[in-house]
Amino acid sequence: MSVQRSTVIFAWILLLPAVLYVTVIVAYPLVDTFILSFTDASLKKTTNWVGWTNYDKIFNETFAEVIFRTFIWTFFSVSIKMIIGVFGATMLNAAVPGRALFRLLTMPPWIVPMAIGIFMWGWMYNGQFGMISGVLQNIGLSNGPIAFLAHGSTAFWATIVTDVWIGVPLVTLYMLAAMQAIPQDLYEAAWTDGAGRFYRFRRITLPLLVPSLITMSMLSLIATFNSFDIIWILTQGGPNGETTTMIIDTYRTAIGSKKYGEGAARAVLICIFLSIFCFAYFRVTSRLSQGEHK
Amino acid sequence: MSQPALINRYRWYELVGIYAGIFVFLCFILAPFVEGFLVSLKPLGLLFSSPYRFWPENGSFAAYYTMWESVPGFARYIFNSFFISTIVTAIVLVLVIPAAYAFARFNFRGAGVLLGAFLAVNMFSGAVLLIPLFRLMRTFGVLNTYLAMIVPGVAFLIPSAIWLLRTYMMRIPRELDEAAFVDGASHFYTLRRVILPIAMPGITVVAITTFIGAYAQQFIYALTFNSKSEYMPLPVGLFAYFGRQEVVWNELMAASFVGIAPAVVVIFLLQRYLVSGLTAGAVKQ
Repeated sequence: MSVQRSTVIFAWILLLPAVLYVTVIVAYPLVDTFILSFTDASLKKTTNWVGWTNYDKIFNETFAEVIFRTFIWTFFSVSIKMIIGVFGATMLNAAVPGRALFRLLTMPPWIVPMAIGIFMWGWMYNGQFGMISGVLQNIGLSNGPIAFLAHGSTAFWATIVTDVWIGVPLVTLYMLAAMQAIPQDLYEAAWTDGAGRFYRFRRITLPLLVPSLITMSMLSLIATFNSFDIIWILTQGGPNGETTTMIIDTYRTAIGSKKYGEGAARAVLICIFLSIFCFAYFRVTSRLSQGEHK
Repeated sequence: MSQPALINRYRWYELVGIYAGIFVFLCFILAPFVEGFLVSLKPLGLLFSSPYRFWPENGSFAAYYTMWESVPGFARYIFNSFFISTIVTAIVLVLVIPAAYAFARFNFRGAGVLLGAFLAVNMFSGAVLLIPLFRLMRTFGVLNTYLAMIVPGVAFLIPSAIWLLRTYMMRIPRELDEAAFVDGASHFYTLRRVILPIAMPGITVVAITTFIGAYAQQFIYALTFNSKSEYMPLPVGLFAYFGRQEVVWNELMAASFVGIAPAVVVIFLLQRYLVSGLTAGAVKQ
């Protein structure tokens, strides 16, 4: 046996456990979801093949609205995360005393168990006793208590703010790392030529951050699109379904109502959207790196 | 003290602007913790008094004592959280160390595609695979056991762990492997005796990030695949408490703070590793 071949075999032996694990726990269930989505699987003993019925049902119901809402929710959440993240990274990148401590203080929302951070927000949004409503009343911006989670429009934004809060630390630290990787001599050269701080930020920092911004938006997009814990803990998709995103609806249908087949069809739709995002991401990044080589 | 470089000198109004910006940013990040902590100090009667008061009057740590009786399983939930995270981390390391080494060192056909496939797993974490996973867990007969939470948890922590460790191992000079090979060491011996000791710092970072990921994200599987309160991890245990008609907020907040204390200690002790580990790969070399 040649050295080359034994190396390849060894590499596969090393990979085998991880590959097997992911195949059984992720790949097989993925295929199973597709198959289930064409059946009427439920708690009943028998399962029948029903063709496209589940998909027809999805589009006949109010699901189009749910899809639309999911996109709006995701769009605002990701955009706000990126804006606050870049803002935070810029501030933390400034060479001022105390910055090591400030960096440390950005981490908690992301390190503590998500559910616990969400409980705290649940209290903050409380109309009678919560901080936000209380402060708004004290400074005279509101006449009475606002129960943020009891009304559709405020609950929608409240869940977005909580999602932003959980996502911001990662975006900030990631963008900070990207900023620190920009060669210092670029700034020094611009500075010698008399460029001001703001000009340097706009003409050096921002353009060089674009690849990292795209990567982070993508990661953030996938996480936000799949976001379950926040909405489930705060509103369970209510009131009147106004915070029901695709994931929440899938969970309700499949786990709540035990309609596995219909739930699977929703899950397949989510997978399709996620794949489209990924495809778009690879197109954009490959175009970007081609541009660099020209 | 050394003077900062001229380029980093700020005018007074720039300094004011930066600190104001940092203040606003950190207010957003830390407000829930401050509010949560103050709530945990307030006696329940005062908590529900209007108008809203920020500072607790007659604040005390009473809730930190009474919560142990109000949430009977509390100590058990914390233990479960730690137990599940520890086992998950151990399994992830056993699976990921060899795989990361294979990706870092060997050029075999399909390596790129396979790595991409691993990373794609991240796309499906969440509720998407819940239905078939539920059926799978039922088939294995592990519903309502620790395994029902450990098994899916591991799968979704593998991708980022492989990515991190692979990046780290690629920085280990290839000459070391070759020298060992010339001396007649087998592949396996090289991995165990040459690479593992050198990669220890990287493995430590991966272990910490995996543990934190496992500790932070115990919710959806634990909620769906386990209904026995003796196996519940902290977030799900407290969620049941959160969902009651009359939420005893000060105790809930006190319990939350005790529950996040371990994570906070970890941040302070290991922050240097964490930042480098979590942001590795941010910048393409």
